[in-house]
Amino acid sequence: MEFFQRFAIPNPSLAIYASMVAIGLTVIAIIAGLTYFKKWGYLWREWLTTVDHKRIGIMYLISALIMLFRGGVDAIMMRAQLAVPDNKLLDAQHYNEIFTTHGVVMVMFMAMPFIFAFMNYVVPLQIGARDVAFPRLNALSFWLFFFGAMLFNLSFVIGGSPDAGWTSYFPLAGNDFSESVGTNYYMLAIQISGLGSLMTGINMITTIIKMRAPGMTLMKMPMFTWATLVTNLIMVTVFPVLTVALAMGTMDRLFGTHFFATTNGGMDMLWANLFWVWGHPEVYILILPAFGIYSEIISTFAGRNLYGYKSMVASMVVISALSCMVWAHHFFTMGQGALSNSFFSITTMMISVPTGVKIFNWLFTLWKGKIRFTVPMLYSIGFIPLFVIGGVTGVMLAMSAADYQYHNTMFLVAHFHNTIIPGVVFAMLAGLTFYWPKMFGFMLNERIGKWAFWFLSIGFCLAFFPMYITGLDGQARRMYTYSEATGFGPLNMVSFVGAGVMAIAFALIVYNVYYSVRYSPRNIGADPWDARSLEWATHTPVPEYNFAIEPQVASSQAFWDSKKKGHELFPGKLEKIHMPNNSGVPFIMSAIFFVWGFSMVFSLWIPAIISVIAIFACMAHRSFEKDHGHYISVKEIEETETKLRGAN
Amino acid sequence: MKVKSALLMLVFTIVTVLTGCEPLMVLDPKGPQANRQAHDIMLSIGIMSFIVIVVFAILIYVLIKYRASKASPDYEPPHIEGNKWVEMICVGIPIIIVAYFSFVSVQSNYIVEAKPQVYKDKEPLVIYASSSDWKWHFSYPEENIETVNYLYIPTNRPIEFKLYSYGPITSFWIPQLGGQKYAMSDMVTTLHLAADKPGEMMGRNANFSGKGFAENMFNVTATTEKDFDKWVKDVKKTAKPLTEKKFNELLKPGHLGQMTFTGTHLGFSPAPEHHHSGSSKHEEGHTGNSQMDMDMSEHQNHK
Repeated sequence: MEFFQRFAIPNPSLAIYASMVAIGLTVIAIIAGLTYFKKWGYLWREWLTTVDHKRIGIMYLISALIMLFRGGVDAIMMRAQLAVPDNKLLDAQHYNEIFTTHGVVMVMFMAMPFIFAFMNYVVPLQIGARDVAFPRLNALSFWLFFFGAMLFNLSFVIGGSPDAGWTSYFPLAGNDFSESVGTNYYMLAIQISGLGSLMTGINMITTIIKMRAPGMTLMKMPMFTWATLVTNLIMVTVFPVLTVALAMGTMDRLFGTHFFATTNGGMDMLWANLFWVWGHPEVYILILPAFGIYSEIISTFAGRNLYGYKSMVASMVVISALSCMVWAHHFFTMGQGALSNSFFSITTMMISVPTGVKIFNWLFTLWKGKIRFTVPMLYSIGFIPLFVIGGVTGVMLAMSAADYQYHNTMFLVAHFHNTIIPGVVFAMLAGLTFYWPKMFGFMLNERIGKWAFWFLSIGFCLAFFPMYITGLDGQARRMYTYSEATGFGPLNMVSFVGAGVMAIAFALIVYNVYYSVRYSPRNIGADPWDARSLEWATHTPVPEYNFAIEPQVASSQAFWDSKKKGHELFPGKLEKIHMPNNSGVPFIMSAIFFVWGFSMVFSLWIPAIISVIAIFACMAHRSFEKDHGHYISVKEIEETETKLRGAN
Repeated sequence: MKVKSALLMLVFTIVTVLTGCEPLMVLDPKGPQANRQAHDIMLSIGIMSFIVIVVFAILIYVLIKYRASKASPDYEPPHIEGNKWVEMICVGIPIIIVAYFSFVSVQSNYIVEAKPQVYKDKEPLVIYASSSDWKWHFSYPEENIETVNYLYIPTNRPIEFKLYSYGPITSFWIPQLGGQKYAMSDMVTTLHLAADKPGEMMGRNANFSGKGFAENMFNVTATTEKDFDKWVKDVKKTAKPLTEKKFNELLKPGHLGQMTFTGTHLGFSPAPEHHHSGSSKHEEGHTGNSQMDMDMSEHQNHK
């Protein structure tokens, strides 16, 4: 009995018990459904063992949407708790758990897989490749992410959620001040999915460097591919820092080391420094692919080439370099002195220059264009003014002396939501709508999509602009309640209403998927948006091998050239195509990682050691395995091509 | 200069009107450091509003002028690579703005990190402010008194806060006197503040520190130097001494009301000023404050 007590929730509430029941019922329903419809084999053959970058991209996408829902529910609960003064809806402990999981889920398990979804799906198509460089590693990346996310979410029902903030500052996150296993979950779940991210970084860089279509020099790559390349370079640079920091944190919590402790020579701010050495570049890891998607969409719907291609590329490279030199602006108030603060203040402000260049280039791309207001374009246009507001408040925060007043307040919360929501979330929803027809063969309904956009934008303004004001009025972030005398009440109520409006927008997006699955026409052709780059040059749905003949490229918008200037995209003739085989090893290995993580969380050493041995066994198996992939014969390709041409 | 201050006034008025009658705490400074910070904030809001307006104007213009529904059906948008001069302007103007902000920022850094200029001739009052879950201990070494969760300070005199923590990282913040700074367990940080006028203010821990964080606040009273001296005298007459045993009791996690003691904890539990590692905090204990008896009662400050 004592053995099982450790799995109990330390601070149970009705909502948690209700969720346990709901999760249990959902799992039973899924298992029953799969069994009844005899879909286990289909699931295993087509999805769990796939190494196809398109399917992996779609799995990332589905995971991201589910996590967006989970993080969104957390957000609504937080806003509801703060809507009125002295609210008793949540107690301090639950509120702390909720804002912690909201942050982790949104950054690590929503935004990251969302950008991975587009990188995976779009980049190989955009560069005219048949898959990524290491397809099986790609599958491993996805499953590590997936099981990391599952492990993190398990904390909700077994053992208790982390409660030290998404930044998980030590010593607060140490055993002395966070006794539940929640922070163990944080350390291990992010570690496992972080390994996946690092592998994705290696994979994408190799893919883009090595597998571009003939004629596509670096300066002829589409902008989203450039953004992906730069992003993955940052990822490979900074994720190892996170890996090390998490390993040190895990050792502090499980093995009694004192890296970040208050005693025996531990250093308080060492965690904060390591965390932000990764954490600040991380926000650029999220925003640069978003910039890439906006570039594609704005150029497509303005009907023009992207203005200032070279300066767009240069600005991304400059941003990526600067992003690694600004981490201390997250703690100007640490007491490191005026000189050090001045340095980080200036480097931070410098980032606004290349970012400004990008904004102006998008504006000049619209110049003399022929602007079509589709749903992806609405998100991209809405992004510009809202992101500029978020950007200028960022420059305000970068003034370190003034930051002493903004730091840890709702002003800061307003700022980073003001950059991440219009910056990243809008881009993901724009990309979702833009690439949906390529992924699934039908368009999302434009009318419902436009309603969702307006609800989201207005809800966003209502939810976050009041926070700038309450922040300047002295409302610290992460307070679970406040007294009526503070006067924060009315504006927090406005925020709550805004959060509700955003929830309606999310519901509309879900409804749009349902509606479009049922009613959207399926005969949309391969190029429904009249777009410009290679991913639109192949069939919809995209065949397994992407392109029957390798495309020839002469500019950054090869497909546009072929439509307007008579550029011959596919000059070669059909040959047999070499493709990788499916493999169950990535899934199995990641599942073992999950068992390992769970055992570590609860200090169950024997299963932890067995899992480590099993993980190495999987790697050994891979080393000795002879798997040279398979060929698709010319005859098969011809059959597929005829069928797909008929479909369009 | 006139244009700038007029612009600042305008923005200030808009912000004030938008948020009801009472001025926002950070923009209602009561001391020189907060004053400088409020000035920086208003200045940046002013210039940044200008940038936002420019971008909005360009965006609205191009959206209206170049929308497809207005263009003729056979209009083909031209291919434009980019223009050297346009791009130089797009880089140049932001660089000028950033350079100006950098200048202001560096200047302000040295101002807020030093003794307030207006009171530079006066000897600063040193107060050790330490946090424990979830309260603040204020030690006045010169006056040899200690308070919990409330702060008395004299006006028109620089105050040097020495910050540290008996637990997680906290952040000492009195918005109307100046911005915050971290209090940590393995080092002491210094925050320079001063109050211009007598009055009551809110102070709090701004950095999340666990369950009791929301209520981790304290009261600040700024009084004239004369009243401050009188308060010190009163405390010495009425308050009970702080013993090590009592102090260790105070450190236990929880919330306490306001309390006052004679003597400080600096003797038996010194601030981590001289050594970096937090090893064995009690090795220097039991040296000072030996004159104190073991009276455990305390003087509860009425509020």
